[in-house]
Amino acid sequence: MIKTTVVVIGAGHAGLAMSRRLTERSIDHVVLERGEVANSWRTQRWPSLRLLTPNWLTRLPGCNYAGDAPDGYMPAADVVTTLAGYARFAAAPVRTATTVHTVRTAPEGFEVQANDDVFRARAVVVATGACARPAIPAVCGAVPPSVTTLTPLTYRDPGQLPDGGVLVVGGSATGVQLAREIHQSGRPVTLAAGEHVRLPRRYRGRDIFWWLEATGVLAERYDQIDDLTRARHLPSPQLTGTPEPAATDLNTLTAQGVRIVGRLGRITAGVAQFSGSLRNTCTLADLKMNRFLARADHWATARGLDDELPPAHRPAPTHVDPRGPLVLDLASGEITTILWATGFRPDHSWLDIPVRDRTGRILHNGGVVANAPGLYVLGLPVLRTRASTYIHGALKDTAALGTHLHSFLSHRAP
Amino acid sequence: MTITDRPVDNGVNVPALLDARNALSAAPEAAQFTWRASCTWRNGTHSHSTVAGFTGLGAEQQHRTTYEYDTDHPECFASQDNGATPVELVLVGLAGCLTAGVAAVAQHRGIQLRSVTATIEGGMNILGILGADPEVRNGFEAITVRFAIDADASPDDLQALVAQSQKRSAVFDVVTNPTNVLVELA
Repeated sequence: MIKTTVVVIGAGHAGLAMSRRLTERSIDHVVLERGEVANSWRTQRWPSLRLLTPNWLTRLPGCNYAGDAPDGYMPAADVVTTLAGYARFAAAPVRTATTVHTVRTAPEGFEVQANDDVFRARAVVVATGACARPAIPAVCGAVPPSVTTLTPLTYRDPGQLPDGGVLVVGGSATGVQLAREIHQSGRPVTLAAGEHVRLPRRYRGRDIFWWLEATGVLAERYDQIDDLTRARHLPSPQLTGTPEPAATDLNTLTAQGVRIVGRLGRITAGVAQFSGSLRNTCTLADLKMNRFLARADHWATARGLDDELPPAHRPAPTHVDPRGPLVLDLASGEITTILWATGFRPDHSWLDIPVRDRTGRILHNGGVVANAPGLYVLGLPVLRTRASTYIHGALKDTAALGTHLHSFLSHRAP
Repeated sequence: MTITDRPVDNGVNVPALLDARNALSAAPEAAQFTWRASCTWRNGTHSHSTVAGFTGLGAEQQHRTTYEYDTDHPECFASQDNGATPVELVLVGLAGCLTAGVAAVAQHRGIQLRSVTATIEGGMNILGILGADPEVRNGFEAITVRFAIDADASPDDLQALVAQSQKRSAVFDVVTNPTNVLVELA
């Protein structure tokens, strides 16, 4: 049995950032990691993946990006080396190849069972990430057995797919990136798009994340956001981190020959049905994008920047084929693969404490888990601010939660 | 949106809707509604339907009065035209739902509506329902809705209004997405 003050679960960017905060405060802790540091980036990402955020936004406690491509977008492999380097820089006490089986409450706080060890701690920080499992819709059960199915967690490159048409379900960043890549491999892609977030990669000469930060959008706090549930479930924006900044919106995909259809609704007798609301879905995404660009323009004007910036403009409205198909026979042989780009869920199944809401998600207040003093969660979308969804969000999140945790330890007798 | 002396009033009780949203989120069983209609065949393609009660908020509810609808086919269909066709009632339903949504969203966003009219058209190839062509579906090929809205709001605001109405419309969902329908004999 190993006694420590804090157990951090997960050695991704959030767990390592929290470890740094704890070390800064001389709080004794361990970081338990089921694989190697940055495990998800090593084992569950496709090789051509790049971050959505430009490199200059890669900031962790005590350590900012210092490479020679600040306006580039980091490939997955470089994220691994960056985080491995950060773990060394922070001298994080990481125990690798250590899988947590159970976390439950104990008299002095918590008991964590990992491998064959038992840890007793006064506080636990859950930092296992937001993307441990794919979120696959229930209709997957109706896919004909002749069709290969996979998720972004197991996808590596188009070469692993059989020849033939591919149905990509989901118009998130993952969906549009993989639709583009797979279509370029000569496999005709149909993309079924439900609600999605559209943003230009660059606007008036700056990266869109520059605008998101400058206008204060990334700093918007969870307790000030009108519909927080909705904000936390927004699909990732349709962006790509290609070396040549380029749009990856539905218009771009259409121009490349990808067929866009509405949200996948049902599969009946092998026939997939798509929503007839695609036109409005695209209108809503365009309106939302234009509202943000207008906010960016007002911000620039208010600061007298209009003279030095290229002029304001708007991307072309999303074109939707009014005669787009509403059905697709999955048993006809036209489609040989379905890729479920339908989002992810965290995996907190090992957490044996009743802290979930009626949908099974951890109930927390800005990362402070409800009804479980000493339990914290990191690395979830809009955990504390909109920036929480991205790597640099861990800066503020771990600062605030580190303070909260420190105060918790001080006020509670061990 | 202009600033006026009196508050915006489109007749929609938005506070009550927001209260309901909060209350029902905490008591989801009460959010389960069942809408009903009863239909009696008259003659030929003419039927008479009534809407009187529904279940919701955990109890049986009754409309203020029983609403009555005759449906039939037109004379050019070799019928009697004793009422609008069922598909026209679907268009009525869609128009009514979207228009109600426009009013509710406008109220919520502080936009005073002066007038709203919706013209709705559904194209249909009747070879489908006549069973003459298996490639032709029974239902509408496409539906277009044209809104004429007179309000103190920019064109962008009105476009957003109409988009949000579709996003939260029950009949829009019924028409654009698949729905299970089970028909059985008593």
